[in-house]
Amino acid sequence: MLDMINRAYKEIARAGQTLGRKMNIMEVCGTHTVSIFRAGLRDALPDCLKLLSGPGCPVCITDQGYIDAVLSLSRRDDCIIATYGDMIRVPGRDGSLEQNTGRGNIKIILSAQDALKLAIENPNKKVLFVAVGFETTTPATAVIAGQALRQGIKNLFIFSNHKLVIPAMEALLSEKNHRIDAFLCPGHVSVIIGSDAYKPIVEKFKRPCVVSGFEPMQIIFAISEICRQLAEGTASIGSVYQAAVTPQGNKTAQKIISESFDIVDGYWRGLGKIGKSTLKLKEKFSSLDAEKQFGIQLALEEDLTGCRCGEVLCGLIDPCDCGLFAQNCTPDSPIGPCMVSSEGACAAWYKYARGKRRS
Amino acid sequence: MCLAVPAKIIELSGSDAIADCVGNRIQANISLVPEVKLGDFVLIHAGFAITVIDEEEAKKTWKLLEDLDNFNKTNNKVSG
Repeated sequence: MLDMINRAYKEIARAGQTLGRKMNIMEVCGTHTVSIFRAGLRDALPDCLKLLSGPGCPVCITDQGYIDAVLSLSRRDDCIIATYGDMIRVPGRDGSLEQNTGRGNIKIILSAQDALKLAIENPNKKVLFVAVGFETTTPATAVIAGQALRQGIKNLFIFSNHKLVIPAMEALLSEKNHRIDAFLCPGHVSVIIGSDAYKPIVEKFKRPCVVSGFEPMQIIFAISEICRQLAEGTASIGSVYQAAVTPQGNKTAQKIISESFDIVDGYWRGLGKIGKSTLKLKEKFSSLDAEKQFGIQLALEEDLTGCRCGEVLCGLIDPCDCGLFAQNCTPDSPIGPCMVSSEGACAAWYKYARGKRRS
Repeated sequence: MCLAVPAKIIELSGSDAIADCVGNRIQANISLVPEVKLGDFVLIHAGFAITVIDEEEAKKTWKLLEDLDNFNKTNNKVSG
């Protein structure tokens, strides 16, 4: 094993020498962000690498307008909010879900199925499911939407803000100032979409895409494969997570996503509006669609004052470049979502790399 | 948020399953992996099995979870 790590390390260093500059590799998965920090990879790998944390944490990329809409519904006496845990601390214009928990109507769920169960157990309440997440999480929402419809559940409302990874990667690469040389691609999103899904990134944008699992060793090998490609001036799809990821992905999951959702334009924190990047329930699920049933109009809202999470998510600045970082904005008292979520770049940076700076 | 844990399917009933992850019994919906059989190893994300994996891969991750658990019991916490 040590031999392999040594080889990978040398490959990375050699690529840096060949190119004569830093290689900027972006991970687009919050779980990678945490793994990289926890294992100390940023410090352990050669200086010629710059690892950027991209828009890979669903909490972080959820725009302010969506969060404010959820907060507003959480103040209604007839509503129960069913949400994955990280969302409850994200500050909106007027408090956070956590600050509203005194009302007893904010329920943290571990699975989409819990939202359906809440609706069945509370027939006199409207249960709002805060449906965020990338392709890994989306099929579960589709499954419970189908179940709710079949079972005639009338009080479950799904507020879908499910996002697609590929359009975000394309949007980042379309920005003039981007500094991304390659992507470390998310393991479990890729389980669903398949590694072939990254074809547009390698073909159109000529950026290497290598899928990795979450073990530090895998991440090192994936990075060394990326560096090898960069040194050779090639861009192709690679994977060091063949145990779970196939080129085609999970066809059953893809089918249920495409049968349940329409792909529409949507708002992302930091990235603004991205065409065909967001999933909304199809017409047949109108009775379950929170946006339709509650008349929610989503518009792009400005991020909170001073917060630079948007630039962090695009890889344009490091968390420590934000004036709020570790001063006004800390994990105990977060201002921006990248500090709220344990998988956010700012939270990971705060926990593992505060005080360090590596250009 | 896209964390997933490997587990072995030990009970199957329609689209519901019980899976074992290092001794913990986890409820899992198997709608997304209709091909799954009793005794198969799967990755479970937020209550849903998302893919079938081989036993060796599952055991590798279990070992990692165990190591992490042991590591977390040590005094490594970052204070701040």
